[in-house]
Amino acid sequence: MLASIDTSMIDWARAQFALTAMYHWLFVPLTLGLAVVMGTMETIYVISGNEFWKRTAKFWMKLFGINFAIGVATGIILEFQFGTNWSNYSWFVGDIFGAPLAIEGVLAFFMEATFIAVMFFGWGKVSKKAHLASTWLTGLGATISAWWILVANAWMQYPVGMEFNPDTMRNEMVDFFAVAFSPMAIVKFFHTVLSSWMLGATFVIGVSAWYLLKNREKEFALASIKVASCVGLFGAAVTFLTGDLSAYQVAKVQPMKLATFEGLQQGGNGVGLKIVEGVEIPKALSFMATRDIDGFVPGINDLMEGGYALPDGTTALSVDEKIQRGKIAITALGNYRKAKTEKNEEQAAIEMATLQENMPYFGYGYIKDKSTLVPNVSIMFWAFRIMVGLGSFLVLTYIVMLYRTWRKKHDNAPVWLNYLLLWSIPVAYITSQAGWIVAEVGRQPWTIQDLLPVNAAISKVSTGSVQTTFFIFLIMFGVLALAEVGIMINAVKKGPADVK
Amino acid sequence: MIKECLASNWASFSNRCVAVWRFYRDGFREMRLGKTLWAIILIKLFIMFFVLKLFFFPNFFKGKTTEEKEEYVGTELVNRAEQ
Repeated sequence: MLASIDTSMIDWARAQFALTAMYHWLFVPLTLGLAVVMGTMETIYVISGNEFWKRTAKFWMKLFGINFAIGVATGIILEFQFGTNWSNYSWFVGDIFGAPLAIEGVLAFFMEATFIAVMFFGWGKVSKKAHLASTWLTGLGATISAWWILVANAWMQYPVGMEFNPDTMRNEMVDFFAVAFSPMAIVKFFHTVLSSWMLGATFVIGVSAWYLLKNREKEFALASIKVASCVGLFGAAVTFLTGDLSAYQVAKVQPMKLATFEGLQQGGNGVGLKIVEGVEIPKALSFMATRDIDGFVPGINDLMEGGYALPDGTTALSVDEKIQRGKIAITALGNYRKAKTEKNEEQAAIEMATLQENMPYFGYGYIKDKSTLVPNVSIMFWAFRIMVGLGSFLVLTYIVMLYRTWRKKHDNAPVWLNYLLLWSIPVAYITSQAGWIVAEVGRQPWTIQDLLPVNAAISKVSTGSVQTTFFIFLIMFGVLALAEVGIMINAVKKGPADVK
Repeated sequence: MIKECLASNWASFSNRCVAVWRFYRDGFREMRLGKTLWAIILIKLFIMFFVLKLFFFPNFFKGKTTEEKEEYVGTELVNRAEQ
């Protein structure tokens, strides 16, 4: 008699993971973005020798420090959850997931920790150039850290460079470079990190706008807006470019994700890109997904039913066929392990061949309800539009503010504009979180694309224990968030004049 | 000659260690807001590692050998397809 997995427990474990990841992501983009802004300001100081820029850089460093202190180590809680709630997953991914996280912990984190001390304690104690190098290396450490985390994430979305070993039940890395430099990891890195520059830039512009509203620190605020607008605009250009590349990749390796964020029930040739329901750009989705304005884009129904021609000339399998092949793979796995125990090498070799032949569909063998293969369409559709729509709004703010500060037109700015800039701070956070919702909700139900769905990845733990820790996190994160906001507001109110 | 060289290197090394020690000591002493932030970091790490990790997030495979883990996951992943 097999004890079945409580589906509500899966949902609680997912909710807990989402809560922790989203909370952690409040801090990471601001760290990455502010690092570039303050690095740029200190560079101007070192080149020009103007003390104004030193004071300006130091103020943003102070806010960087607050954000870093509150956010540091919150990501480790995700690793606790892997070990407790997602033990099958943790074992199954083997060293592929562990290696990037270990490199991240050892190399990047220690690099960050070393140079952050020089950055904060080193003013007047090390040379200007050594201090500047420390500031940039602190940011570089955080960025390298993000690289390895995103390598691990990209592997889950596009598993490459490994082979499944049925003896150890682990995926084993056979090509480190395929994992570390997979096309999805590269695009994901630039898209995520450069969009973080946008968030950092918006934060600086918003806080500066508050000083203008209060009629304080005018020179400081205008200079900060000018630098942040440049950083934001550069970040936006790369974010939009990599966003397009990302959509192209998703169309190839996660077509269900593309179909759901477009709300595309039935696919076809020359498909338009929906702005909102009923308004679309003709043929744009086909071009985005295939680089051909008349290319075929499968919809949700096509992906479920199969039968359409794939770019390599083969015919797409239906979900039923994939489930069938997944079941064959899992049965072969069981038979292989049994044959090994009985030392029947001949039978083991036959089962191994069957397993390898059907391994690309392994995860489909766990799918009981086909509808679970379709991520929530409404969430996906709107999260994508929020990400793109609000992201475009942020780009507009950088263009407008760069123009206004460059031409000295913002010295007596209308109040409403400064309020708009101030309120663009939460807009940037919503945009950033929406991006992750598209990426992560869109890959459901897979913890590893096509190989391991959530119902196979989860541990046999009680629903009650997951619920308890969910609420503990909710309270802990709430208190920490309040502490950060409080300390941050206090530091902003004191202003750059308070910086020694 | 070798003794003098070693003594000189040792003196240089210890001077550097003292300079690094003073750098951090003075840095921490001169902190203002940093002290509050360090308190938050330490409380957070204590809660995470000595409360959450110990009492709420035990390793699911704790106490199992590598072979036992392989066997457990192998059985689980075969059986889950039948559930």
